[in-house]
Amino acid sequence: MTTKFLIANLSDIDVKSSRKLKIDDKEIALFRLSDNSILAVDNKCPHKGGQLSEGMVCGTAVHCPLHDWKIDLRSGRVHEPDEGCITTYKTEIDHESGSIYVTI
Amino acid sequence: MTQAKKLVLIGNGMAGVRAIEHLLKLTTDAYEITIFGSEPHPNYNRIMLSSVLEGGADINEIVINDWDWYKENNIELHTGHTVSRIDTDNKKVTTHLGLEAEYDTLVIATGSNPFMLPIPGADKEGVIGFRDIRDCEIMIETAKTYKKAAVIGGGLLGLEAARGLLHLGMEVDVIHRNAFLMNRELDEPASVMLKRELEEQGMKFLLSKQTASVKGNKRVTGLAFSDGTEICADLVVMAAGIVPNVELAQATGLEVNRGIIVNDYMQTSIPDVYAVGECAEHRGVAYGLVAPLYEQGAVLAKHLAGVDTDGYHGSVTSTKLKVSGVDVFSAGSFRDTPGTRSMRIQDDFAGTYKKIVVKDGKLIGAVLFGDISDGAELFSQIKKGESIEGREKEILLGFAPGGGGAKKDPTAHLAALADDEIICGCNGVSKGAIGDAILNKGCNTVGAIKACTKAAASCGGCKTDVEGLLHLYAGDAVGEPVKEGICGCTTHSRDEIVSEIKRMGLKTIKEVMNVLEWKNPEGCSKCRPSLNYYLGMLFPEEYVDEKESRITNERYHANIQKDGTYSVVPRIYGGVTSPAELKRIADVAVKYEVPLVKFTGGQRLDLLGVKKEDLPSMWEDLDMPSGHAYGKTLRTVKTCVGNTFCRFGTQDAMGMGIKLEKAFERMNAPAKVKLAVSGCPRNCAEATIKDVGLVAIDGGWEIHIAGNGGVHVRATDLLTVVKTEEEVMEWSSAFLQLYREEATWNERTMHWVERVGLDYVKKALEDHEVRMALKDRLDKAISLQEDPWKKIIEDKELRKNFEQITAPQPVQS
Repeated sequence: MTTKFLIANLSDIDVKSSRKLKIDDKEIALFRLSDNSILAVDNKCPHKGGQLSEGMVCGTAVHCPLHDWKIDLRSGRVHEPDEGCITTYKTEIDHESGSIYVTI
Repeated sequence: MTQAKKLVLIGNGMAGVRAIEHLLKLTTDAYEITIFGSEPHPNYNRIMLSSVLEGGADINEIVINDWDWYKENNIELHTGHTVSRIDTDNKKVTTHLGLEAEYDTLVIATGSNPFMLPIPGADKEGVIGFRDIRDCEIMIETAKTYKKAAVIGGGLLGLEAARGLLHLGMEVDVIHRNAFLMNRELDEPASVMLKRELEEQGMKFLLSKQTASVKGNKRVTGLAFSDGTEICADLVVMAAGIVPNVELAQATGLEVNRGIIVNDYMQTSIPDVYAVGECAEHRGVAYGLVAPLYEQGAVLAKHLAGVDTDGYHGSVTSTKLKVSGVDVFSAGSFRDTPGTRSMRIQDDFAGTYKKIVVKDGKLIGAVLFGDISDGAELFSQIKKGESIEGREKEILLGFAPGGGGAKKDPTAHLAALADDEIICGCNGVSKGAIGDAILNKGCNTVGAIKACTKAAASCGGCKTDVEGLLHLYAGDAVGEPVKEGICGCTTHSRDEIVSEIKRMGLKTIKEVMNVLEWKNPEGCSKCRPSLNYYLGMLFPEEYVDEKESRITNERYHANIQKDGTYSVVPRIYGGVTSPAELKRIADVAVKYEVPLVKFTGGQRLDLLGVKKEDLPSMWEDLDMPSGHAYGKTLRTVKTCVGNTFCRFGTQDAMGMGIKLEKAFERMNAPAKVKLAVSGCPRNCAEATIKDVGLVAIDGGWEIHIAGNGGVHVRATDLLTVVKTEEEVMEWSSAFLQLYREEATWNERTMHWVERVGLDYVKKALEDHEVRMALKDRLDKAISLQEDPWKKIIEDKELRKNFEQITAPQPVQS
């Protein structure tokens, strides 16, 4: 069963930046890319659990702040040569109001 | 699908698990695998134990397959269990703790034990082998309280143990029965050169000595020799050899000689029971090196998976030893015997030696000392067994095509190697696998190859060959020499980028990336912060700092910790504080329930374990400027009390330190910058390992630069000696600005000065006018910076990034 949540407004997140939020026990990192799209993933690097919301956003990837693992935010896949993957969540933006929705 | 067969592996070491790894590549569902290991660790790289002792690796770093690997591959692992009985009739094994497991196929990989000399006293406390993590831990512990170590055995293992113990700060005597070190692996001239080299490193040798007994009561106090002499020792490491661990096999009734006897398919004398690795004896040879064990493992895996293999036919072995800068190599039969002829070159000036041995026109053995770059090619030639008649000189002088004795092309011998030649012996990586990583997987640095294939990831002895292959393949494939840019996004170097920015007046990161044709349009975590720094350094007044291109710590103005919390270090100029300030810090620590308060190495107070959302309000309550303990900026100026209180002080060290810290506070730099000021040459502030260190002398100051107390300790170079505080400010500002303008992002002063040379720096700063111009530019740049904490406290837009998004509302979808 999935639920859709209204979580934030586009203006809450700076471009090439991230904010984090908790839904139940899940910690989710919300990213705003330079094309103003919003992507949501589990806020936990598969390597040592670093908080991805604190990392640097480059294109569609984020670099984990702890050991610089590079993770693609669209597929959830870790870039080579490291290996691993994280859960991604569906997001929607209402461009008129700027509302951001995420489906968990 | 047929029912999976039960495979039990006894021994969780390198050979057995390597065979399993190989088997899993061939088939994942044919076997249910159970592994028993006596040691309480997952599979680790025994060869790397010497690196652990030498401080190059942490115990966790030598793990080959971690606990998760076993889980992911559905392998049942029982560590801490020694198998004590094999019942071949009912096909089951029992451990010393009573655990039982049935098998269809049994693999014995019990390895070997250190050979403990059967002499009186060998069972005393403080007498150990050098075989496993436990032995290493004992050595590390012992070195903390005891001083003298003795290593019995001057072979490969003994010398590695000795080198490790030296590194741990112990005095080391190496006792060897033979008159020559490594007499099994080296000939006499190479052995003598090795001894000389190791003596220079501080090792002491007692050669042609036979140990008669271990002295002491409960714990060892010394060794007595057969010639009546004695030495003192608090720790004795027996490294006189290894013996295959065959006790269990013997009790089981397997045919055993020195090792467990196996045929070409690693089968023992009892059906469905196999042996692999150091415990096995194949055609009369029990190997103790890693490469043959891997070859055996590969054959066993193929056989078990039902894949065609023509079996194992024995290995020609080669030996490589790397102890702290000494490279030696030997392979094949390198001794002069009737029927052999040899050629050698010895260069005592360069410390190199090379010998080749020829029999019936074929190369059968070689020894190298000092420069082992030809090792792989010689080894390959020996294994091929082709005639080298007429080419002997060419081979001795290096593999120059066409001969002539000229210095060969360093990649020529690599080009000549077959694809299945092993380049990295530690991890069994072939030339073909490295080539594949370069050509097909986009690896363009040694680091990338290391991460992708594990080549050069263990002892590092093959790094030169890996570099050679990189040039070979990347050069041929790309058609141009490999040129490394500042990161994978560009081929441009730092200097090219900076000069293009200046020439074209590029003003944003995006513009730089567009104009210079970046491969990744938004760059990466290396180039983005670099460009942000260069632009800010070049155009301090116009450039708008991009916070999203700052590394995490600089973006949030605090140090991220492994659990995602941050640490807060307020500015305490010169490390001089007051009761009121301390009280305020204490109050804040209590209010925000800071889990840990610690003094830093730079004389500051560190509040650790702070939640990100608390940062801005903590800063507000502290009402102190940021200590910049997190950035590529001026960190701290450490001081001693100087002449204010100290009876030895000649100058006001605290005053000078505070003045410097106030002047350079908030200075962005290529990398972190640490300063210190000592009030007299006793140097209590440790100024001679700082980026800029001042040491007061009677009537003046010594200005030291480019020191470092980190990964590589480096003492400073003396830049100049001046008389007044004004001159101190002038010289240190000029030095720092020169560094800011010319160093590469992330390059500490020590690396920069080593790269450009101290003379260059001295020359660049010799003119007073130039120094003042540099100082003006630095003052200007710093004056434009404001306290980041204050800025965030006052700006709601910036502050929001510290808070979590709250109250998600479920909606109808």
